[in-house]
Amino acid sequence: MENQFFVDSEHLSPEALAKKHEIENNPSSRKNHMEYLPGMEIIESDVCKNVIEQMDSFDYSKYTEKDVKAALRHDKCTIEDFKALLSPAAEPLLEQMAEKARLETSKHFGNTVYLFTPLYIANYCENYCVYCGFNCYNHIKRMKLSMEQIEKEMKVIADSGMEEILILTGESRSQSNVNYIGEACKLARKYFRMVGLEIYPVNTDEYKYLHDCGADYVTVFQETYDKAKYEKLHLLGHKRVWPYRFDAQERALMGGMRGVAFSALLGLSDFRKDALASALHVYYLQRKYPQAEMSLSCPRLRPIINNDKISPLDVHETELCQILCAYRIFLPFVGITVSSRESARFRNGIVKIAATKVSAGVSTGIGDHESKYTGKESDNVQGDEQFEIDDNRSLDKMYKDIEDEGLQPVLNDYLYV
Amino acid sequence: MNNDKLIIGGHEFNSRFILGSGKYSMKLIDAAVKDAGAEIITLAVRRANTKDAENILDYIPKGVTLLPNTSGARNAEEAVRIARLARELGCGDFVKIEIMRDSKYLLPDNEETVKATDILANDGFVVMPYMYPDLNVARDLVNAGAASVMPLASPIGSNKGLATKEFIQILIDEIDLPIIVDAGIGKPSQACEAMEMGAAAIMANTALATAGNLSLMASAFKNAIEAGRCAYLSGLGRVLTRGASASDPLTGFLRD
Repeated sequence: MENQFFVDSEHLSPEALAKKHEIENNPSSRKNHMEYLPGMEIIESDVCKNVIEQMDSFDYSKYTEKDVKAALRHDKCTIEDFKALLSPAAEPLLEQMAEKARLETSKHFGNTVYLFTPLYIANYCENYCVYCGFNCYNHIKRMKLSMEQIEKEMKVIADSGMEEILILTGESRSQSNVNYIGEACKLARKYFRMVGLEIYPVNTDEYKYLHDCGADYVTVFQETYDKAKYEKLHLLGHKRVWPYRFDAQERALMGGMRGVAFSALLGLSDFRKDALASALHVYYLQRKYPQAEMSLSCPRLRPIINNDKISPLDVHETELCQILCAYRIFLPFVGITVSSRESARFRNGIVKIAATKVSAGVSTGIGDHESKYTGKESDNVQGDEQFEIDDNRSLDKMYKDIEDEGLQPVLNDYLYV
Repeated sequence: MNNDKLIIGGHEFNSRFILGSGKYSMKLIDAAVKDAGAEIITLAVRRANTKDAENILDYIPKGVTLLPNTSGARNAEEAVRIARLARELGCGDFVKIEIMRDSKYLLPDNEETVKATDILANDGFVVMPYMYPDLNVARDLVNAGAASVMPLASPIGSNKGLATKEFIQILIDEIDLPIIVDAGIGKPSQACEAMEMGAAAIMANTALATAGNLSLMASAFKNAIEAGRCAYLSGLGRVLTRGASASDPLTGFLRD
């Protein structure tokens, strides 16, 4: 069953509603998603071609148990081995995959688990991505924090003991411009040791500016590597331009960022192909930028405000676990982040196998850390959330739970140089 | 044996086991000091100055030398900055240079390491560079003022043992500084083997950190390192020396 994404808000004007219906129902009314908009930088790169060629030719039905067993025996996991591990044939061998994944994780990361928290500073968005709570047609409370409000939020988070922060915005250049984000990074450097960004893709010189402001890690989710499907889900706005988004990590590295993170939003399209493309995006970029630190996330679709029916469809926890084990075996040196979209039970299990980083004390809303962390009623205006989270453990609780699992929680392993 | 000291930059140590950084826990440090007899413990500066690291610094017993490393540095300039930060944090004058520009295998960049060694030795640091075992580079490190040379046995965390054995042997034979085997030592027997070859000390972390019983594994390393050292000092017996000797003398014909 497909997700039903289209929801009409009663707050939209008749003109807005008419435009919304037009772009939803009439593909020819939509802009070409492969065409760059003015101001978007185009770089020379063969990474995309390599990834898409592999993805297009990936026929996961052809792999057998024999291929999976061979992949598990091999010392080095080839691209072919990885494909076998992602195939349905690997599912009965999930326990063996988990054993191998756990061994690789412990070789490269020991028993450490890194902790971080996201901070949403604005939820304005110019895009119509049909599955996202921030989409421009969704009627939610919009908000953009002032520098004073950002600093207050950061203090509350830093007081909890957190040392790594991921700053997020909705994707609106006009409401949250690069300077605004840069100023937020400068503030974050005062309170945190590591500052990451998850914002709309920008040009190389803008990544360089943000790096100079103190950010050192850039996360961009491609959502889906399936261009035809992407076109049907991202109907309006600059995010609709698929190739500009694809090259974001490479531009970030060219701009001097230490590391980059990747993901598809699993459940939007064929998850096996999206998982293959996500990992190969890392693989080919790592060959080109061997000094860069890389990590993979694995978000699945979640319900949003005004649409509680959105679900991850065929990507159940078993499939997610299979993907993460395959990622770990294919890319043993890469960080794997599992967000609070997943349950505490799943996260407790997966950190023992493949995940190396989890979020804690999470809010995907705007300006609500004080009330969420301290329980204090706040008079402040707050902005609505991007999606519903599942695991709402605080930093202290998460820290203790990780220790109780026999693992070592780490708040910082990083130096801005 | 009592006079057999490890001397690095004019400082004397009795123990030839050095605890590497990476996978830390208080239990690991405790076992390394109590059971393996470690007198030098590595500290990743990038993890220092945090809630955790304050605990680590507090936990390190008096008399143990802290060896801050520059992990996270991608070139000489960054390594120098991290070393100076370590000194400001009160970590002393020892520094282990680690420069990597490869996130996959974490192999050291020899060229940048020589540059950083030169700058930091001139700055008064006791410099212990981690390197890929290459004789020419080792000589450059000596000339740059290194206090020891730390070749890798195999990739970090791989537990694969002495994959670069022949090249480490060349360094031991040709370089006058202590050669400390670092990275890849997965079990006590491999530590023992390196010590038999004439290595001055062993650095390990993962092998201990991932052991079933930390304290037992720590004492196993201590015993293995001491056994290897004794064997080296005693001069290995003929069955173990490199090359082979014929049972009938090859030059016997001269006396016929």
